[in-house]
Amino acid sequence: MTARVPILEMEGISKRFPGVVALDNVSLTVGVGEIVALIGENGAGKSTLMKILGGAISRDSGTVKIDGQPVEVRSPREASALGIEFIHQELSVLDNLDVAANIFLRREPTTAGFLKLIDRKRIYRESDEILRRLGLRVASRTPLAQLSLAQQQLVEIARALSAGARIIIMDEPTSSLTLSETRRLLEITKDLKAENVSIIYISHRMHEVEEIADRAVVLRDGKNAGEIEGGEITHERMVRMMVGRDLKDFFKGAPAEKRTNGAGAFEVRRLRTLRYPNHQISFNVGKGEVLGFAGLVGAGRSEVARAIFGVDETIEVEVALNGQELRINDPQDAITHGIYLVPEDRRLSGLIVDFNVRENITLPNLESYSSAKIINRNKEVVAAREAVKAINIKTPTPEMRAANLSGGNQQKVVLAKWLTFSPRVLIFDEPTRGIDVGAKSEIYQLIRKLAAEGVSVIVISSEMEEVLGISDRIAVMHEGRLTGILERAAFSEEAVMRLATGTND
Amino acid sequence: MKKELGIFVLLIVLCIIVSVINPNFLLAINLQNLARQIGAFGIFSIGLGLVIITGGIELSVGSMMALLGVLLSMMLTEWRFGVPLAVLACIAIAMVLTLGHGLLITRLNMQPFIVTLCGLLFYRGLARFITNDETKGFGTVAGLDFLRFLANGNLFYIPMPFVLLIIISVVTWVALHRSVYGRYLFATGRNAEAARYAGINTNQIITFTYVIAGALTAISGIIFAFYTNSVSPANHGNAYELYGIAAAVLGGCSLRGGEGSVIGILIGTALLQVLRNLVNLLGIPSSLDFAVMGAVILLGVMADQIFTERRNRRQVALMRQSSALGEQS
Repeated sequence: MTARVPILEMEGISKRFPGVVALDNVSLTVGVGEIVALIGENGAGKSTLMKILGGAISRDSGTVKIDGQPVEVRSPREASALGIEFIHQELSVLDNLDVAANIFLRREPTTAGFLKLIDRKRIYRESDEILRRLGLRVASRTPLAQLSLAQQQLVEIARALSAGARIIIMDEPTSSLTLSETRRLLEITKDLKAENVSIIYISHRMHEVEEIADRAVVLRDGKNAGEIEGGEITHERMVRMMVGRDLKDFFKGAPAEKRTNGAGAFEVRRLRTLRYPNHQISFNVGKGEVLGFAGLVGAGRSEVARAIFGVDETIEVEVALNGQELRINDPQDAITHGIYLVPEDRRLSGLIVDFNVRENITLPNLESYSSAKIINRNKEVVAAREAVKAINIKTPTPEMRAANLSGGNQQKVVLAKWLTFSPRVLIFDEPTRGIDVGAKSEIYQLIRKLAAEGVSVIVISSEMEEVLGISDRIAVMHEGRLTGILERAAFSEEAVMRLATGTND
Repeated sequence: MKKELGIFVLLIVLCIIVSVINPNFLLAINLQNLARQIGAFGIFSIGLGLVIITGGIELSVGSMMALLGVLLSMMLTEWRFGVPLAVLACIAIAMVLTLGHGLLITRLNMQPFIVTLCGLLFYRGLARFITNDETKGFGTVAGLDFLRFLANGNLFYIPMPFVLLIIISVVTWVALHRSVYGRYLFATGRNAEAARYAGINTNQIITFTYVIAGALTAISGIIFAFYTNSVSPANHGNAYELYGIAAAVLGGCSLRGGEGSVIGILIGTALLQVLRNLVNLLGIPSSLDFAVMGAVILLGVMADQIFTERRNRRQVALMRQSSALGEQS
């Protein structure tokens, strides 16, 4: 343990959700002015642990102590009163208000007297002070909508500081930042440490953790997997501790040696999306090949997927399948040509969660279970049952509402939708986000199986292990540009990261 | 199904109460009248219900009926159109207007509330303008027997509007609950984005639904015009859209879209008309009839909401219990 005075001690924390043990006897200690990195794969329990600390959910057992005193944190408000503040991965600022209003949200000082109006003078003055302290050269009266993502994030940090934060939890704070913005944030984090603020830093970016963490706490499958101190924090050690097994085992049925050399079964040329009109994207995916798409969040990968599938309009694009030019104006066109998308946000775009499993699976192919536009219920039920069985969707009945399934099984329902056709091109956007380890490896096997059957597969993924493990080649994007395509021989986390952060030029 | 059952029980209870207090409720003439009203209101309410399932709303129903009513009168009595042509023209005009609503909503992404609110104002104004604000009617003009029969006649004692409603309900029931269109409509109303990702042309589904609602409004409109036999452009059909919305909501349609049933809308319509009838029969001052309706709708929806909340809470409690049991084992 550290020699520092502990500010936070969480001991023996357990949490069960119906059917899952999210946390099993987990401990976490943070010293005053210490930066502790909390790392682990998705689903390892990091968020659950932090939600317990933040008062968003309750724990089943264990103790939480602040300054050695046992505390009960029952709501985010109580957490805030104890000096615990969150900087979320997704910004939680309100972009219809100005900077100062965001910083003082829910803690507005009021003027004396009868009316109790907001003390505008004071919030602007104090906000300006905090912004200066953070080195953010923006007036506190600026509408938040005019700020960049990075600046908005600093506003969140300003809010935490102005609330008197002693422990700041940063959840993937750099996931949407550029390299220079990331540098700035790391500097600020170090400054905060110097002011004796404690930081819990959650990140998948190993080199950031290497640079700033005093200690790394690793979680795996809801348990403590170990801790690494200061100078011994290396990329290697962290990954080994996080995964707890050899990566090769995980990606069973990994890329076969003999695969097509990418001689384009599916070709995309000169694609310009509305978001990044100045960059042209061209690539091809061979029959039976898995092309990974790596890059930071916001690099424009999902835009590429949506453009190909015809959800988003494009400025320009040429798509060809087996040498035949295709016109895709909307998803119906893509579906007609055997091109399918398993979208990023399963609950919003992939599924109708209030529909049952059967209705979801048959939705795109409904005409083929109908005669004269009237649905033949028997045919539909049989098709749904077969699909459920074929890819092992765990549900008591196809009549179960999709909302009641686990993330992994929901993802399989999305996939089952497309497998009722015979896909020629399948695009997966973050296929395993928020899915437990078991379902994950099932999805990987399905992807490999589809490729083996001759489908051209595109896998967009922000998880390094995943994209390295599943792909035959990896296309890397940075701010709307395709910065390179790596062959399997050139695969390494560093190579991908270099292209993804645009540090090659 | 549960939702419809609750409202159905409410309907039956109301009927029993009214007939106990005033047995005249059960007189054939009263029941016939009631059925006629239910038929005329039910037809356009079904259309409105479909629109509500898309997640939209249609506020121009009453004004459109006034406009169609005066046009029908002018076509038949002044311009001497034949009955089939006038009827088809009425339905076609309504479908073109609602096609406009659908296109503005889907192509220009305008809010249904705004588009149809403008329709409400515009069609009313137009009806008053083309008639110089004068009441139009059919008087005793000959050759309109068929249309008079549709509105005022009976088929084996059953009022024709009610017969029409039953036919239309059966067709819509199949379309909504058994056809591809119905499934697409629920998908679109529930989650338009996921529906698009599944390859459904949601714009087409939504526009088509507004057009169908337009056609049903025209049919109801023709019935109302001959039921009243004269159409005052300033008042005819005033606030009828609210009857339709109320019926749909009472019958389980959610204004968020993606939820509702033909049976529910029918029961909702019947409940509203029974309420109007009740105000008459129980000697409640007729100035109170809107107040009574408002109160009953509020109570109905409130009760439904309370039951839903309670059911949800019970489910959460059950899940907690089962996870606690898991802990011990």
